[in-house]
Amino acid sequence: MTTYTTIAEDTRPLHHPKTWIGKYVWSQDHKVIAIQYSLTAVGVGLVALVLSGLMRMQLAFPGMLEFITPDAYYQFVTMHGMIMVIYLLTALLLGGFGNYMIPLMIGARDMVFPFVNMLSYWVYLLSVIVLMASFFVPGGPTGAGWTLYPPQAITEGTPGAGWGIIMMLTSLAIFIVAFTMGGLNYVTTVLQARTKGMTLMRMPCTIWGIFVATILGLLAFPALFVAAIMMTLDNTIGTSFFMPAIISNNVALDHSGGSPILFQHLFWFFGHPEVYIVALPAFGIVSDLIATHARKNIFGYRMMVWAIIIIGALSFIVWAHHMYVSGMNPYFGFFFATSTLIIAVPTAIKVYNWVLTLWRGDIHLRVPMLFAIGFIFTFIHGGLTGLFLGNVSVDVPLSDTYFVIGHFHMVMGVSPIMVVFGAIYHWYPKITGRMWDTMLGQAHFWITFLGVYAIYLPMHYLGFLGVPRRYYEMGETAFVPESVHLANVGITIAALTVGAAQLIFFYNLIYSYFKGRKADPNPWGATSLEWLTPDTPPAHGNWGPDLPKVYRWAYDYSVPGAAQDFIPQTTPPGPDETPHDH
Amino acid sequence: MRVAIVIVLLVIGSVAFHFLSPWWMTPIASNWTELDDALIITFWVCGAVFIALNLFLAYCVYKFSHREGSKATYEPENEALEGRLTFWTAIGIVIMLAPGLIAWNKYITVPDDAITVEAVGQQWQWSFRFPGEDGVLGAVATEHISPDNPFGLNPGDPWGADDILIDDGFGELHLPLDQPVKIVLRSNDVLHNFYVPQFRAKMDLVPGTFTYIWLTPTRTGEFEILCAEYCGRSHYNMRGLVVVDETPAFEEWLKEFPRFGQSDVAAAAGAP
Repeated sequence: MTTYTTIAEDTRPLHHPKTWIGKYVWSQDHKVIAIQYSLTAVGVGLVALVLSGLMRMQLAFPGMLEFITPDAYYQFVTMHGMIMVIYLLTALLLGGFGNYMIPLMIGARDMVFPFVNMLSYWVYLLSVIVLMASFFVPGGPTGAGWTLYPPQAITEGTPGAGWGIIMMLTSLAIFIVAFTMGGLNYVTTVLQARTKGMTLMRMPCTIWGIFVATILGLLAFPALFVAAIMMTLDNTIGTSFFMPAIISNNVALDHSGGSPILFQHLFWFFGHPEVYIVALPAFGIVSDLIATHARKNIFGYRMMVWAIIIIGALSFIVWAHHMYVSGMNPYFGFFFATSTLIIAVPTAIKVYNWVLTLWRGDIHLRVPMLFAIGFIFTFIHGGLTGLFLGNVSVDVPLSDTYFVIGHFHMVMGVSPIMVVFGAIYHWYPKITGRMWDTMLGQAHFWITFLGVYAIYLPMHYLGFLGVPRRYYEMGETAFVPESVHLANVGITIAALTVGAAQLIFFYNLIYSYFKGRKADPNPWGATSLEWLTPDTPPAHGNWGPDLPKVYRWAYDYSVPGAAQDFIPQTTPPGPDETPHDH
Repeated sequence: MRVAIVIVLLVIGSVAFHFLSPWWMTPIASNWTELDDALIITFWVCGAVFIALNLFLAYCVYKFSHREGSKATYEPENEALEGRLTFWTAIGIVIMLAPGLIAWNKYITVPDDAITVEAVGQQWQWSFRFPGEDGVLGAVATEHISPDNPFGLNPGDPWGADDILIDDGFGELHLPLDQPVKIVLRSNDVLHNFYVPQFRAKMDLVPGTFTYIWLTPTRTGEFEILCAEYCGRSHYNMRGLVVVDETPAFEEWLKEFPRFGQSDVAAAAGAP
């Protein structure tokens, strides 16, 4: 028996499945699992998109759609938020992109635990099924708001306080099990299965973003897990973790001594890192899109990597900036405002470096680059408005208003989605072996990019005015002028337009899959390993008989004296060359 | 070219939107100009950065778009530039953070001459309690809450006898002009939030504990209370009204309301 010193040296052939079911259903191939994750996430995301359209209809035309009662509205709000944050973005960026890209970009044949990886997907699917099933239980899904704050989440005044909340908490717990299986896999694979020469500081930013985000997830999700279990116990067997002595429906409940604020601490101890679990993969991916399509190395690679690590670490000590007006000890405000604004420094550096990568570059404005530029714009906007809400006393008038909705949609809705679209257009030729249609891609970009700004810019101003969020309808309110109603109509029209424009995207992807031009194996002239596979799309095992060997970082673009404007990571240094390295 | 123009237009459009849109902070009716000032400082610092970064982005896209034969400059990093950017970013952060923290310190420090009033939230209405001549709110507990004792006052607590109870179903609270007031916040069921846009101040009501805000009304008028923490299916209907009066009118209004000592519950318990 041969012994192997590293996983990367293990060249034994993988066990190739023989049947269709083994290849595409119970598959252990990271690429198939990635597609399964992505399709499921996008499917459930479409449900959430429709829900947001319904919410917008109610806000613009109150009472027009009779089935949108207050109960239904709050159920839509809750399901929209939870699906988008957890079941779409987290699952797509880590389960989808993480799965597809990690082995390919680090030069591995697969994840180190392929069976656990497969299990991760099926458990995720179960969590989605449980979540969707909550639409059909008595009382419908929970309408507690995506933050699920007790006591209201489990008392009668909230829709879905019976079955709905139990289904939600159960689904979350199952999701976290799935995430943990996937997450341990991603981290172990990055640490153990890199190919020869792929040092940590030669990894593309995409891998750094996914890697650090996964670590954050592994540390943060347990807080949500225990919170879900504790609330379930409060709800079913009468414990009082989060339940003080209260009245509900004129009856005193049999609880006492619990703390609703404890739940908020647990929720946001998860919830704030969650923002970065979504953002860091997007940061990483967009860095690679920009570098590739600007034909220039990512500016300040070391700084970019350290910024990801520092942001990840700091994200664990800023959570209570979601709670400035929650009634927690007011002195916490000083600490959390300071830590929150400190995190703006490494974040700002990342923005500078993206723009500085474009500076003196050779920018090819292909569709992935358009989305990357769209990301920079929307992220600048969303990042800056975060400084309002992070700065404790500025948060006071703005919290729980439309400013908050505008902010977090820009920063963790729109800007990561820009990256997701850019990344799909970027890697689609490798994943499918086909090219998409450029005109349709551009149309998709322009409608989406301009549309989302039309949706969210006005919301910030409604927030300055003081319009509260989570209102089924404003009714007659003296300080709210009639023009706000017009804004709501305009926002809804923009939202429905953007929603409809996604049909262009799906049409493009599906049509191109069957009829698209055959793609070049490396159509953008990229340096990183995933473009250098012997087959396009990559076959099971990725690399044929020999693993690739890495000699340089992933950003040798436009190197003076080189024959082409990119040097793949597998190209050994020339006789007189000292490659840039750290 | 097209992309660069659109970015410039978006920046111009955003600035124009700021000046032309009718939506901005409502005219303030409390002392909390510090909160507004901190917000305005943040707005201008962030606004300047927004404009500068996006114009530079547009410039890069315009200037360095691919043309026949063009080539990118090879420059892996520029530590001096990164250091300078880090430094100036940190300065900008301090400019925003300092007034924010100073304002927060004032926000959580109640002045000694503040009078006290309690605002109670219960799905989905507001009621209020003044402490009476002794200036002390009587003890309350959920177990005392009943139709005859909606505030849950402890009938055995002598401090509660002179408490003035305002529970008329309208959720209307009067406050005297130019008088600092500490508003103690309490909930009987779920989280709520006492929010009057013109006062700027805001805080959650948390069942099981007490929270507070303080403010000084600076102009007379009627101002709506909106619940700003989601509290169930009628959250959007949980409204109330603050009326700021000249002191004599306020005192006249307050006289109309019963004391806890006059209630049947207190009488039955033999309260003093």
